[in-house]
Order: sequence, then structure tokens, then C-alpha cells
Amino acid sequence: MTTQIDKKAPAPRRRAARKPVTSAYVGRLVVLLVAAVLTLGPVMWTLSTSLRLPSESFDLPPRFIPWDPDFTSYSEVFAQIDMIRLVVNSALMTGLIAAGQMMTAAMAGYAFARLKFKGNKLLFGLVLATMMIPVQVTIVPVFMIIRGMGLADTLLALIIPAIPTAFGTFLMRQYFMGVPAELAEAAEIDGASQWRIFRSVYLPLATPGMAIVGILAFNYHWNEFFRPLILTISEENFTLPLGLVSLQGNMGTGSISVVLAGVILSMLPALVVFFFGQRSLRAGLTAGVGK
Amino acid sequence: MSSKMSRRSASGHAGTTPPSRPKPAPRRRTNNLFAWVLLAPTIVGMGIFTIVPIIGSLVLAFFRWDIISRPEFVGLANFADIALDPTVRVSFLNTIVFVIIAVTLQLGIALVLASMIQERLPDWLRVFFRSTFFFPLVLSAASVSIFMGYLFNEQFGVVNWLIGLVGLAPVPWLTTPAGAAAVVIIVYVWQNFGFSFLLFVGGLGNIPKEVYEAAELDGASGIKKFLNVTMPLLSPTTLVASVMAVITALQVFDQPYVLTRGGPGDSTRSAVMVVFESAFEQLEFGRASAIGLVLMLLIMAVTYVQFQLSRRFVFYQ
Repeated sequence: MTTQIDKKAPAPRRRAARKPVTSAYVGRLVVLLVAAVLTLGPVMWTLSTSLRLPSESFDLPPRFIPWDPDFTSYSEVFAQIDMIRLVVNSALMTGLIAAGQMMTAAMAGYAFARLKFKGNKLLFGLVLATMMIPVQVTIVPVFMIIRGMGLADTLLALIIPAIPTAFGTFLMRQYFMGVPAELAEAAEIDGASQWRIFRSVYLPLATPGMAIVGILAFNYHWNEFFRPLILTISEENFTLPLGLVSLQGNMGTGSISVVLAGVILSMLPALVVFFFGQRSLRAGLTAGVGK
Repeated sequence: MSSKMSRRSASGHAGTTPPSRPKPAPRRRTNNLFAWVLLAPTIVGMGIFTIVPIIGSLVLAFFRWDIISRPEFVGLANFADIALDPTVRVSFLNTIVFVIIAVTLQLGIALVLASMIQERLPDWLRVFFRSTFFFPLVLSAASVSIFMGYLFNEQFGVVNWLIGLVGLAPVPWLTTPAGAAAVVIIVYVWQNFGFSFLLFVGGLGNIPKEVYEAAELDGASGIKKFLNVTMPLLSPTTLVASVMAVITALQVFDQPYVLTRGGPGDSTRSAVMVVFESAFEQLEFGRASAIGLVLMLLIMAVTYVQFQLSRRFVFYQ
């Protein structure tokens, strides 16, 4: 501690670069490392256990690093549940919701940001207000509307209601507000139609914003549990999280390696998005927060 | 903002095509129509799947309906019923206790870790920690609850094995009310602290370095700097982080459903679980709507109170 004070005196400006290693610094590193181990440990254990023979599922001491992988549990997942079906359902649902949100949010966001029409502000306020209504409050009537439309227990029941997105619309509006308005004037002089200006001038510029909307939609709906639990009934319409919970129910506490193999498989697409879309995901989650 | 835009486009028109006088009028009309075409999918979708349902819930709350027989108007009976129902009361109480503990832990852990990665870390370490703490957010709550349930298993779980290493007796995590409630909180906070962490990292990054340098020249040390400089300048971020954390936590469902199904007894039953059970297990749709509305009012009330409190404590630069 004393050395710290000594060294600070001559160079008070470059404090960040020149501070010696103090016990406070080491203590901070230790806390951060412990937090990182506690965060990654459960996932490492899940991976490691999924790669061991089902009979060794509960071996203690636990292993966190999969040295000698065995893939029995992975083939067993496919034998126990219709894993392919679950993946196809989840991918279809998530993909169509993401694509639908990107399109509708870009369209609505453009209208709110760039077009003049009666009730623009009021309507936008209304759209934002729907963000504050929790899904549980509307789920009973939504369930009935879905039934009335003849979509009960179909994947469409999960997809269609999720496509209009208040948050996505908000993000895209912010995005379009940041694009210079002069571009439209230039295109107008060239005789482009309204649709043409939107489609060929502004939409291509908005792809980064649309990517954020798509990645957010993917992350949320791939992991979604509450709506699929209510809106699907037959196992052939289940998505991955539902399938995994029912697999867990079927297996009891017998061989958890198989359940964990299913968990790891279901995480793979989320991991891909995490590695390649981390920046967009972070930007999306914290959008509209910083002021 | 829209008026500024219209002025710009109108003047643009006047400048380029001065002879054609009537042009601005028809153009505004097409603009209008085009706007509605672009808005249609969003507005119609929200109308059908958010606005109509919220009105539906408001109406349904005054009826008794099991989806098969005719709905029967019962006035405020559903609300009186849920006020007296011990399961509903316990579930709301559970939810409130859960929110208080989980949100405090979530914000506390996030703030401590976020302030720890600010200073003097090599960039690669900062990136590593940031990605690590963010990582659980991309997993599904159902998956997380599945593997966490095994880790907290009383006999074979890793957590009790670790506790045994220290020489303590195994904890009956999921089979006692307090243990189960603790597991739900731990699992929830484990997955969600990264979100508040991201917000705090952003907020701390926005505090100008000069403020700290000034404080240091005035002789402020670590804790003093934190209390007198960091906390006030971070208060807007703290407000947003706490409002969002509370709104999310009040809707907790996946973790208790997968980990405990609400048990043992009603000890981990959450408000949303009761909405779900009333509607889709007991087929009492009116009652479920009433519980959902009460939950929504609670969310709105808590958010309102938070913003009111913030007037006193939030400091804007």
C-alpha cells in the first residue's frame, strides 16, 4: 500500500498504466476469477457429464473437463425423444419469427421515422405501451383467439402472434432516424416511388439494425418456454425446451447424462449466436437504455 | 420532429419543381397511404394479439368460464375469490419475497463485478470476464433449470459434495421450502445478473475520467470515490437496471416450474404459475384473467413507485 502512494506522487496523470500490483488488485482479480468459475462451472459440468457413460452420471468427485468423451448419451437422446423433430420445430418457429420481425419492424420503423402521417406520434406511443403488458396477462385471450382461428396446437400458433414486435419497431425507428434524410430527396429527383425509396435506398442501409432485431428474436424465442407450454399440446409440435423438460420427466433421475446431452445439443445454436452475434445481442439488449 | 421533416420535404419540392403547384398535396396523401401499408402488419398484429387480448382479459375477469359451457357473469366474485384463496396469496407473497432478494442480489453482484473490471485490467481479460458473465443470458431458463436441478440434488449433487468437503452436512435443497426457494433464487440470479452487469458496464463507461481525477486530487480514496462519485453518477443506470430487473423478476415462471413445480407445498409457487394453473389446469379462465390483471397492476404500481423514488435519488448530469 505504501509503495502505491510513493509511486503516485511523481506521475499522477498516468495512474492507469503505472500502478504496481497491490493486494487490492490481486483481491479484485481473485473475486472476478471466482465469479467466472461459478458462471462457467455448471455449464462445464453439464458438458462433461453429457460426455460420460450414463452409468457414470452421478460420479463424485465431479469432473469438469471432458478428458475421455463417450458419445453414448448423445445417440441415446435421439432414441428417447424425436430430437430431429424438436430441432426442426424450434428452428422453424425461431427462424420464421425472426424473419417476420425483421421485415415488419423495418417497415413500421421506417414509417414512424421517415413518413408523415396523421397520428404518427400517438400510434408510436401506443406501440411502445404494448411493451409494458406482460405476456401472462394476455395469454388466456390469445389462446382463445388462436383456437378461434383454428390454429390451436400448431406451430403457427407460436409464430404468428410473436411477429409484431414493439421493441423491434422501436429499434428500427431509432435506426432509420440516424440515416440521413437527403438520400430520399436525391432518389425522388430521380423519380423513384415511395416503395422504391424504402426498398432500395433505406432498407439496405438498415441491415445492421435488422440483424440486431433478428438476433434478439432468435435468442428469445429459441429459449422460450411459457408460450409453447400453453399453445402446443401434442409432442409433435413441441419445441426444444419443452422436449427437454419432458425428456427429463421420462428419465427420472436414472441417467442424467442423456438429459444433459439433450441440453447441450439444444444450446449449440445459441452458442453460435453468442460467438458471432455477441456484439449485436449486447447492443440490442441495452438499446434504449443509455440516455 | 415530424413537422421539421415535412417542412424539409416540402421546401425540397418547391425548389426543384416550382411550376407544379398542387404537387405537395397529393404527395402527402400517398405518403399517408404508404405509411399505413408499412404499418399494417405491425398494427393489425398488435391489435389482434395484444390490444384485443388485454380488453378480453379485462372483460373475462368478471366472468366464470371453463371454455366449454357459457360464460357466466359473476361481477367481482373472481377478485374476492383470489383475495381469499390461500394459494393465490402465498404465490404473490412468494413472488414479492423472491423479487426483493433476487433483484438485490442480481444488482449487487452485477455492480460489484462491473466496477471491478473497469480499472487496470488487460483488455483480453476484460473481454473474457465480460463475455463470461454475459454468457448465461443466451441459454434457455428451462435448460439451465434442468442442469442446476441436478447440481443441487441432495444425495448426488455437486453442490452438496462441495459442502461435504468443508465438513458440513448435506443440505436438503429441493425437498424443503427454504431450500427450494433458495435454489430458485440462486438459479435465477445466476442466469440474469449478466444483464444488469452489461448495463452497469455501460453506465460506468460513461462516467468521465476527469471526475475521478478531480476527486483524487481532492484526496478521495477507493470507497469514498465509489460512494461520492460513482454512485451518484451511476444512479440513472441503477434506476433503469432496477426497474428492468424488477419487471422481469415479477414474471418468474420457468425456473420454479422446471425445478420444483411450485413445491414443496406452495413454497416456490409464483404468481405467474397460478395464472397458468388456474387457466390451463383448473380451466378457470375468468379467475386466471383476474390474477393476471392483479399481477399487471402490481408491476405497474412497483414501476411507478420506483420512478417516484428515483426523483429523490437519481442524479442527472
